Amino acid sequence: MKAAVAIDSLGKQFRIGARAARYQTLRETIADGVGVGVRRLAAGVRGNARRRDDEVIWALRDVSLEIPAGEVLGIIGRNGAGKSTLLKILSRIMKPTTGRAVVRGRAGALLEVGAGFHGELSGRENVLLNGAILGMKRSEIARRFDEIVAFSGVEQFIDTPVKRYSTGMYLRLAFAVAAHLEPDILFVDEVLAVGDLAFQQKCMQKMDAVSHEGRTVVLVSHNMTAILSLCTRVIVLDGGRVQADGPASTVVEEYRTRALSELSAAETEAGVWENLRPAGNAHIVIDRLEMIDPRTGDRKPHLTMGDAVTFRMHFHASADCDSASFEIILQTQDALPLVGARTDADRVRTRVTAGQRGSIDCTFASLPLAANRSERYLFYLHVYDAMTGHTIFDGSNFGQFSVLPRDVEGRRYPLTTGASYIDAEHHWDLSGFVSS
Amino acid sequence: MAPSAHPTQGVERASILPEFWIESEGAVRINAREIWDYRELLYFFVWRDIKVRYKQTVLGATWAIVQPVATMLVFTLFFGKIAKLPSDGLPYPVFALSGLIVWTFFSNALTQSSASVVGSASLITKIYFPRLIIPIASVLAGVVDFMIAFVALLGLMVWYRIAPSTQVVWVPAFLILAVISSLGVGIWMAALNVKYRDVHHVLPFVVQFWMLATPIVYPSSMLREPWRTLYALNPMVGVVEGMRWAVLRTDTGPGPMIIASSAAALAIFVSGAYYFRRAEAGFADVV
Repeated sequence: MKAAVAIDSLGKQFRIGARAARYQTLRETIADGVGVGVRRLAAGVRGNARRRDDEVIWALRDVSLEIPAGEVLGIIGRNGAGKSTLLKILSRIMKPTTGRAVVRGRAGALLEVGAGFHGELSGRENVLLNGAILGMKRSEIARRFDEIVAFSGVEQFIDTPVKRYSTGMYLRLAFAVAAHLEPDILFVDEVLAVGDLAFQQKCMQKMDAVSHEGRTVVLVSHNMTAILSLCTRVIVLDGGRVQADGPASTVVEEYRTRALSELSAAETEAGVWENLRPAGNAHIVIDRLEMIDPRTGDRKPHLTMGDAVTFRMHFHASADCDSASFEIILQTQDALPLVGARTDADRVRTRVTAGQRGSIDCTFASLPLAANRSERYLFYLHVYDAMTGHTIFDGSNFGQFSVLPRDVEGRRYPLTTGASYIDAEHHWDLSGFVSS
Repeated sequence: MAPSAHPTQGVERASILPEFWIESEGAVRINAREIWDYRELLYFFVWRDIKVRYKQTVLGATWAIVQPVATMLVFTLFFGKIAKLPSDGLPYPVFALSGLIVWTFFSNALTQSSASVVGSASLITKIYFPRLIIPIASVLAGVVDFMIAFVALLGLMVWYRIAPSTQVVWVPAFLILAVISSLGVGIWMAALNVKYRDVHHVLPFVVQFWMLATPIVYPSSMLREPWRTLYALNPMVGVVEGMRWAVLRTDTGPGPMIIASSAAALAIFVSGAYYFRRAEAGFADVV
């Protein structure tokens, strides 16, 4: 059987330049604006209207790939590696600059949940509209309407305008529509990370079911757990090129190892970690992380078991985001998340405006991390749009730190077995140690 | 796909899968067939635009009447009573309103469609569908407003005891011409607006000047031939005068003027569709 998707040396070039963030006063903006207009007009009249912002980047370069029908392919890579661009070209949203591809079968793209949702329309009306936008026939939507609503769990509010929905309800309804698409080929970009845990599990199950129906799925995600459990084959994109391609477990393992080795250079003793990765297309970037002792305000390079600690994330934004959510996760070196906090889960509203620079503190009164004998811990910093579930900034392996054993009566005691990660309040009772 | 080349394969699938080629460059075709395939989406977009348009307004769809009627009152005072412009033998209010309901449709359609593609940026960067559907939907949604305003015109005719004749069956034809004209200009503007947001600033002037070049406050009979036919290269001339002929029996029936306007409307529409199709490859990059 012919491949469901065949890609032949695909490339995509973007023009960048004048758009890079610069801070200007209104007066400068006006003066500049008029100046540019006049100059462009003058240049146009002289016939050499060359743009000064002719700087280009290749978001994709020479990507060739065959995806057999029925395969579930995962695409991983850091921000700006070209993952989303590839999906957008395959789903015909963008045109490639070079190369070509063929897609065999009805394709459905799920690049954002709730694309086309309109706040003024009711849930019912949005299901119809969104279904049509995603390519469902009216009869098909009508047939599956009850199923969709049941899956979303918002039956009671189905005739309420969605602008009155909570973020969770909104996402559930939007995902429910998308989950009932029945294309031959499905392109999915990072939409599994929406909603609460229970709903995420529901999404994963649905995706799992889809992948077992023999449908071809191409999945972009930063979530390695999702990638490992759903995909049979994984490719790594880096700088727009395919850097690795193979069975999921092998490729993900290699990817993690490489990320770790890049990381050792980023290690710091000062309690400050800088962002080393390119920002890519992230419009909110965390550029620095500080670990601070909340009592003294001093930076600390290490953590001591059970101590209070403040993580201060410094960020800058180049675009508005009303529902940016900041997340910090402390992980093992195998990327097993141990402790974390997320602003939207804690109902902390973080609205970010273009041009904004700032920092956000997350303080843990006591971190239950154990002084592990052999391992250090990793920071995973993450900014995403709580409204769409889209990752904005992916700071996996942002830096690493060690946890020191706490002082007990002047001596350093490793109060764990040395191989575990979590430290819990406990005591031993010896009253029955020797029976009389 | 050539099934014969793989005689042993592809049997398990009953239907032959459609193939989509993705290429960097290709000949620009309008591809009306594809728009037809997506007609349900077009229907939903129109439906959405109509539903949303008057949400959270007090007057609701009454706005479709208030807009042209209020302008008609002002025009009657200034152009009818004070400037005493001719009105082809009709009471000036009827004359003005008949032009204004067409003009309101045109100017709203133009404003909506030129902003439509930029306004749908979040869709364009996330989902594939024929982009032409967006401006088409925003123009078609205005047809409902036109029909409501048309009822107001009929009301005014009853007031002045003017009976329409059987010519009124031509109204749909001129409505179609109005749709083609506004769509033609609208898709030009919509595509240009993606790249040059200047369009947004220019449009109000264009609409204003264009109205002066259209027989809304004055009749086209003020011009002599051959200037009158030349003047009708403005497609809205044919729409307005044709509509007046159909409803009010003015002496502006099908003739050189209507032909000139129809030809101009078609030319703008076809060139607009080609320009749009050529520009749309870059929409997702730029918008």
